[in-house]
Amino acid sequence: MNRVKHFIKSFTFFELLKGLSVTGKYLFATKITVQYPEEKTPMSPRFRGLHALRRYANGEERCIACKLCEAVCPALAITIDSEEREDGTRRTTRYDIDLFKCIYCGFCEEACPVDSIVETHIFEYHFEEHGKQVMTKEKLLEIGDKYEAEIAANKQADAAYR
Amino acid sequence: MNEMIDNLLATGLEMWSWFPADWQTFLLILGKIVLILVPLMICVAYITYAERKIIGYMQIRIGPNRVGPRGWLQPIADAMKLLFKEVIIPTKSDKFLFLIAPVLSIMPALAAWAVIPFDRGMVLADVNAGLLYVLALTSIGVYGVIIAGWASNSKYAILSSLRVGAQIVAYEIAMGFALVGVLMASGSLNLGDIVEGQAGGISSWYIWPLLPLFFVYFISGVAETNRAPFDVAEGESEIVAGFHVEYSGMAFAVFFLAEYANIILISALTALMFLGGWLSPFEGFVGADHWLGASSLFWFFAKACIFAFCFLWFRATFPRYRYDQIMRLGWKVFIPVTIVWLFVEAVMVVAEVGPWAV
Repeated sequence: MNRVKHFIKSFTFFELLKGLSVTGKYLFATKITVQYPEEKTPMSPRFRGLHALRRYANGEERCIACKLCEAVCPALAITIDSEEREDGTRRTTRYDIDLFKCIYCGFCEEACPVDSIVETHIFEYHFEEHGKQVMTKEKLLEIGDKYEAEIAANKQADAAYR
Repeated sequence: MNEMIDNLLATGLEMWSWFPADWQTFLLILGKIVLILVPLMICVAYITYAERKIIGYMQIRIGPNRVGPRGWLQPIADAMKLLFKEVIIPTKSDKFLFLIAPVLSIMPALAAWAVIPFDRGMVLADVNAGLLYVLALTSIGVYGVIIAGWASNSKYAILSSLRVGAQIVAYEIAMGFALVGVLMASGSLNLGDIVEGQAGGISSWYIWPLLPLFFVYFISGVAETNRAPFDVAEGESEIVAGFHVEYSGMAFAVFFLAEYANIILISALTALMFLGGWLSPFEGFVGADHWLGASSLFWFFAKACIFAFCFLWFRATFPRYRYDQIMRLGWKVFIPVTIVWLFVEAVMVVAEVGPWAV
């Protein structure tokens, strides 16, 4: 009986037609393509893109050179040198992130006790020369200054879940 | 203005008469060939676009839409890209065969169009053995693939050409038998006569009495053109790209032109032999003076388009056959089916049931 059923099924193209009807239906389905440069997918406030170093509202940099981020970084992408400033506080003299090593895990952001190092929403960037992939302290602070409003808003949006 | 055109026409005709008579015939045939091949090449270019678009739509994507309005210039951009790429000839390949192989594969795909009637009397060469000619040429097409595989001196390529060889032998037989059915129904090898034998509206097309043969023919056609789900020759998951793995630039593009020209050819042939070619499906229901009832180039084109669409639809739907399944289908299913149906058809002819009168 099963063999007869199988025979009839294969000679009427039952399964093939079923497959064709599926693809045929999708031919008329609404397309889900996001046309990238013009359209973009929604992004979580937790998105981990390019790094930035933040400042306090009075302009003082947040980073206190505790090196927790350097210690936690699984890819060893962060290099920090520090010394005592004239006012007696400990500050970084060098804060480099090698973006070729960075795996964008976000551990540095989580480890930071003063919310200094953060990962922003920026993901469209490139480098044109060797060595440019190393983000120096100046570059990171610059990004932080430029996108402070956005970074603060994202931190605020995610604060309830932390 | 009209006078000017008349004058131009008159001078044109005069210049035409300067040519000797045999030159005139030669030029006339050349003109006809151009008239067939140029639209054909445009169709080939745009079926690649249609394929990407249709498969994209079936995968809920939108496909190419960047080059030109709605991506209409995509095939032209692709062709330009391939034209400017270097044709790399592997050092240890057989250079002559390596370069002749793409030509061998596209030549039959184009030459077969000589006997395809587009409308009543609209055919380049109205030969009486048209069907035989087509069958012979579609078989020659496989030489291009086999030689390409051999000349490349590459293991993947040679494996692919072995696969193609075995596959074509298997499906050629089933295809030939299916055509024997058409032959028995029409009593003629002339493609024009085969179409005329189906006159009388949708009910008298050969697809109905020859339904199993129609399916065998079309599926064998898919296998013959090495299209999914029978594209083990390319088999990118096992043998990289198969026979054209060593090809680049225009030599590579020619293989693709041949593949798509073959798709259109098989679609056109199926339309001619089973769906009544240029005949209107509404013949007898709507008067011949109405465009729906009149037989025309449009119907031929529409029918061929349906089959061409099926080729793309299959590719979007079916996973590739395993090689032994392909062989099983060819030898153990299609050939018995065709033989049984040829016998049934013979009985029908003798008992004088069916639409044909032989």
